[in-house]
Amino acid sequence: MTKELLKGNEAFAEAAIRAGVEGFFGYPITPSTEFLEHMARRMPQLGRAFVQAESEVAAINMVYGAACTGKRVMTASSSPGLSLMMEGISYIAGTEVPAVIVNVMRGGPGLGNIAPSQGDYYQMVKGGGHGDYFPIVLAPASVQEAIDSIAMAFDLAEKYLSIVHVIVDGNMGQMMEPAELPPMREIPTESPPWAVTGAKDRDPNILTSIYIDPVEEEVTDLRLLKRWKEVEKNEVRYEEYALEDAEMAIVAFGTSARVASSSIRDAREEGIKVGLLRPITLAPYPEKRLDEISEQVERILVIEMNSGMMLDDVRRVVQGRVPIEFYGRMGGITPLPDEILDEIRRVDTNKTEVKGDPREAWMARLEKNIMGEDK
Amino acid sequence: MTDTKTQVVYERPESLTDTHTHYCPGCTHGIAHRLVAEVLDEMNLRESTIGVAPVGCSVFAYNYFNMDFVEAAHGRAPAMATGIKRVSPENTVFTYQGDGDLASIGMAEIMHAAARGENITVIFINNAIYGMTGGQMAPTTLPGMKTTSSPYGRDVELAGFPIKMAEILSVMEGSGYIVRRSLHDAKNIRKAKKAIRLGFETQERGLGFSMVELLSSCPTNWGITPQEALGFVADKMVPVYPLGDYKVNAELETIKV
Repeated sequence: MTKELLKGNEAFAEAAIRAGVEGFFGYPITPSTEFLEHMARRMPQLGRAFVQAESEVAAINMVYGAACTGKRVMTASSSPGLSLMMEGISYIAGTEVPAVIVNVMRGGPGLGNIAPSQGDYYQMVKGGGHGDYFPIVLAPASVQEAIDSIAMAFDLAEKYLSIVHVIVDGNMGQMMEPAELPPMREIPTESPPWAVTGAKDRDPNILTSIYIDPVEEEVTDLRLLKRWKEVEKNEVRYEEYALEDAEMAIVAFGTSARVASSSIRDAREEGIKVGLLRPITLAPYPEKRLDEISEQVERILVIEMNSGMMLDDVRRVVQGRVPIEFYGRMGGITPLPDEILDEIRRVDTNKTEVKGDPREAWMARLEKNIMGEDK
Repeated sequence: MTDTKTQVVYERPESLTDTHTHYCPGCTHGIAHRLVAEVLDEMNLRESTIGVAPVGCSVFAYNYFNMDFVEAAHGRAPAMATGIKRVSPENTVFTYQGDGDLASIGMAEIMHAAARGENITVIFINNAIYGMTGGQMAPTTLPGMKTTSSPYGRDVELAGFPIKMAEILSVMEGSGYIVRRSLHDAKNIRKAKKAIRLGFETQERGLGFSMVELLSSCPTNWGITPQEALGFVADKMVPVYPLGDYKVNAELETIKV
């Protein structure tokens, strides 16, 4: 295989096809629609199932049903669509069947806009649906990594009978870059033993998320929690850049991290010892590594395309050992490398103590910048 | 010893499990379950069938049907059945839904499953009330009928009119077989069984969406005796929900069952 120039959404969809997805159920929504369109073209060619559902509510429940057959199935949507899917997501989690969900995030809340955002961090990483469950969340930062993440997502979903969210922002869904697609995976002929396939020569398989006896529900929730602890032990993934001698660590994921890498290169040329920790799994979070880094560096700068959601996780892990500062853009705005470079310079020379919520100082600076830009 | 010949005239269908149900005395769910089970036995489909249970009194249907089953979110059974059938077309897939599930919260899912001509069979239990939550007004509650959420009787000025699903679904081009039957006496129960058979025949022949609406009784939440409840179905419900064939694919008319 060689590298081709691929459009994000189409490449992600094709990656899922190569990973052996047998059913896609979705509803059009910008900026993820090309994913559905690619599936509409390709799935019938391969004799696989494609349904444009009447809503995201229906789409996720189609995924739920199809997932119960033990086949690889998925949906892709964008932020408001994910809100609608939360019902089905909770049921899928409670039934312990595997499913892969791609979220190409856009600005919000509400109808918001169609520009790239990371504003679904809480909803994706902290659950979003009702009840005690723990989705795995992958946050790739390039088209190639997203392609690889989708194949990995199916493996993880099956290994842990879990929902795996692959979250990217609209930038990655819409951009084109050189990437390589994996070869076509052969579709397995055997079904997993728990799947509903017809009770021939065996007892019936019942797949449900109802445990009317609270004791049984507690046993189930404990099983989910124990499984999650295994995920935390085995599946943490992250990438580091220029951290070896760093005195300042930037923590960022997805597009924010990618933009920050450019700024770090420039800052290094100016002699600022700054590096990057980029969580690839937002859940499970790379807590141990962040903990170590917080022993090494003097300051941490968290950069996100939201109001400081992952920031809370960083503060939770670091526990005040080093000052944490925050820089975010919201509403569908992607920060520019120069903006982040300015932040790195500012944090590098800022010897004042950061007290309380790092958002406070950032809000004041941002407000001033926005007002300035307007003039 | 006299020469006696024994013959089995009545037994539990293989498609039903050997267990007690949680249904109230006089409830017609048991009859509906049995009819579906008899039909699946007769068509030799038990081992290839996947049922989809709803949210409502029949939420535990999978405890009574002896076959693979999944349990849907409220109203989403047709979407779940769509997902199953599309990736596993070799399986027979049916949903079993009540009126709150199908005609209220699940209206979008049932309409679009019919519009797409999903090759699934829907057993629709219409007892004009929410059973599991304790007798609230359903979209199918009769005008003037008292429930815990229409304590002065359903006022159509404020709470609208009963929804007639068989009539509505019959105009969808994807529908292959849409009928309404009742479970209030033996004659109607026999007719209901034939309809269920034709519903599954529709699916087996790939003729599109099939739905059998079954008028059913709920003595507990109606606050009357089982006997009175059957009378209520016959005298009060049938006039609002006329029994009959609303859409029958021509190919089905040739089938003798």
